[in-house]
Amino acid sequence: MNILVCIKQVPDIEKIKVDSAKKVMIMDGVPNIVNQFDTYALETAVRIKDADPATKVFVVTMGPAQTKDAMKSCLSVGADRAYMVTDDVMNDSDTLATSYVLSAAAKAIEAREGVTFDLILCGKQAADGDTGHVGPQLAEYLNYPQITSASEITVDGGKVSARRPTDEGAEVVAAVLPAVVTMSQTAYEPRYASVKTKMAANRAEIPVLTAADLSLDAAGVGLAGSPSKVIKTFVPERKKGGLKIQEETGELSAQKLTALLSDAGVI
Amino acid sequence: MFFNDDHNDIRALAREFAEKELAPIANEIDQNDEVPQRIYDLMAEMGFFGLKIPEEYGGLGLDTRSYVCVMEEICKKSIAASLVMSSCNSLSTAPMLLAGTEEQKQKYIPKIASGEEFMAFGLTEPGAGSDAASMTTRAVEDGDSYILNGRKCFITGAPFAQNTVIFAKTSPEKGAKGITSFIVDMSLPGVSVGKHEDKMGLRGVATSDVVLEDVRVPKDCILGEIDRGFITAMKTLNTGRIGVSCQGIGVAQGAMDEAVPYMKERKQFGQRLADFQGLRFLMADCEARLNAARLSVYNAAYMMDMKEDATKAASMAKYFATETGLDIVSKCLQMFGGYGYVKEYPIERMYRDARVLTIFEGTSQVQQIVIAGELFGR
Repeated sequence: MNILVCIKQVPDIEKIKVDSAKKVMIMDGVPNIVNQFDTYALETAVRIKDADPATKVFVVTMGPAQTKDAMKSCLSVGADRAYMVTDDVMNDSDTLATSYVLSAAAKAIEAREGVTFDLILCGKQAADGDTGHVGPQLAEYLNYPQITSASEITVDGGKVSARRPTDEGAEVVAAVLPAVVTMSQTAYEPRYASVKTKMAANRAEIPVLTAADLSLDAAGVGLAGSPSKVIKTFVPERKKGGLKIQEETGELSAQKLTALLSDAGVI
Repeated sequence: MFFNDDHNDIRALAREFAEKELAPIANEIDQNDEVPQRIYDLMAEMGFFGLKIPEEYGGLGLDTRSYVCVMEEICKKSIAASLVMSSCNSLSTAPMLLAGTEEQKQKYIPKIASGEEFMAFGLTEPGAGSDAASMTTRAVEDGDSYILNGRKCFITGAPFAQNTVIFAKTSPEKGAKGITSFIVDMSLPGVSVGKHEDKMGLRGVATSDVVLEDVRVPKDCILGEIDRGFITAMKTLNTGRIGVSCQGIGVAQGAMDEAVPYMKERKQFGQRLADFQGLRFLMADCEARLNAARLSVYNAAYMMDMKEDATKAASMAKYFATETGLDIVSKCLQMFGGYGYVKEYPIERMYRDARVLTIFEGTSQVQQIVIAGELFGR
């Protein structure tokens, strides 16, 4: 079985500080990491490989040269092969353009490696853009079935079944392979690299694919291929602090609430 | 200047491990007096136990600086968690690497590198600390074996070790030149461990006596040549010094990392502690001395990696980094006032942990003897 995991390198949002005077995020010195949901997707793939050593796990990312660090990180925790898609013409791509590029990259990697991907895993959304678009759009471009926000998957008999947490509990759905599944948080944590795998990853060759390698339609990538337009970005105004009612009993709390609402003329 | 990309990546890996896995439980390790097995399993999987162990014996065969990077990061959060790994990379394996037969190396070292087994180091005795050559443990030849009698004390990991390297006198009349080292299986008849020492700090790794009563040790467990054990012991301690010096700079940095944010928050007399010039100068002093200590450790490690004679450099690093480290932890504790004296804050544990560093694996005074010996001749 061959699995492709799509990776995005994002800023470590836990390390971002906000300049409250200028109302901007301070991005200087913020390290880049592999998007957390993508690490769950990769760990899920590597666990499938643990159970079935014939499985090969590939990772791909679209991004600038520094995404090589993310690829090395993935190789150190179990990915067999990593590909970068890097080309200036892809700058400013939105989610639609990105998924177009990734779908072409998936096909190109299949051709180069002489494999077909049975399963494509993505994180359900990225910590920076938070859109959750790329996985589903990638499935559409490839014309594969898709399952989103899975917390657990099993692959058996040409099918993938996935557990999707819902507000009420969870549902289990299945799709025929090849399929795209986006992963939310799993019950297990991604593994650590070891000193040995880390050093091996440092020495691994990481092929770089360009727009030309993917035979892309120039109109579909970069700013030109991106229908989403950002009108403006702003820091949302903070809501004023609410009022917490916590009297000794529920009844007293209810009385206080109705009194307040009544005083305000709401009821 | 001292480190390459691999070193930096190894350090980053150890830092992630220490911050995620050790920081949250460092005080728990101290209070329960136990490092969870899960932590050892993770450290073994990550390769920390075999960093310096040659590849042919199951290790990674990395240099001293790689070891320094990992030790320093782990000790920022918990020195206790570093003890077993430091031993595996020095005291547990160095005697065999220095003096063992190929068969002995193959038999014991891979299991230490993988974390399956632990080998303790039994040199110190109740009456023979810094003056190790005055030991009274005896080994008497008897057919195809030696019969060992005596008592070793303060032996780190003895209660859970499968084997211990025991130094014993085979030719008592020859003093230091009459000592032989043996690999002693802890399950042999006549071997027992005393009570666990109730230590001030470094709680979490059991330390105890090893008592030997008519223990019959087969001759194939002799490590190196007869009467040459003291040289093995001294050479082993040379390799261990760098590890303890890392514990010194690690815990000092850990203490600084606690004190600086606290000083930015804590207010007295209407201003932050960080705004009092007297305290700013005191912390500036700590920072400068920690930097010097760190460089002395890195320098000794670099010399070892360049195969230069690092005897003096390692002694100076051990002496300076542990004395300085202990003083920095003490100064940082002072910044916490009364809160520094209660167990709610990690600095209290760090201070207790740091206190042993100037004592074990060669006291500061022994380091001074070594350094002075290099200066004036012995």
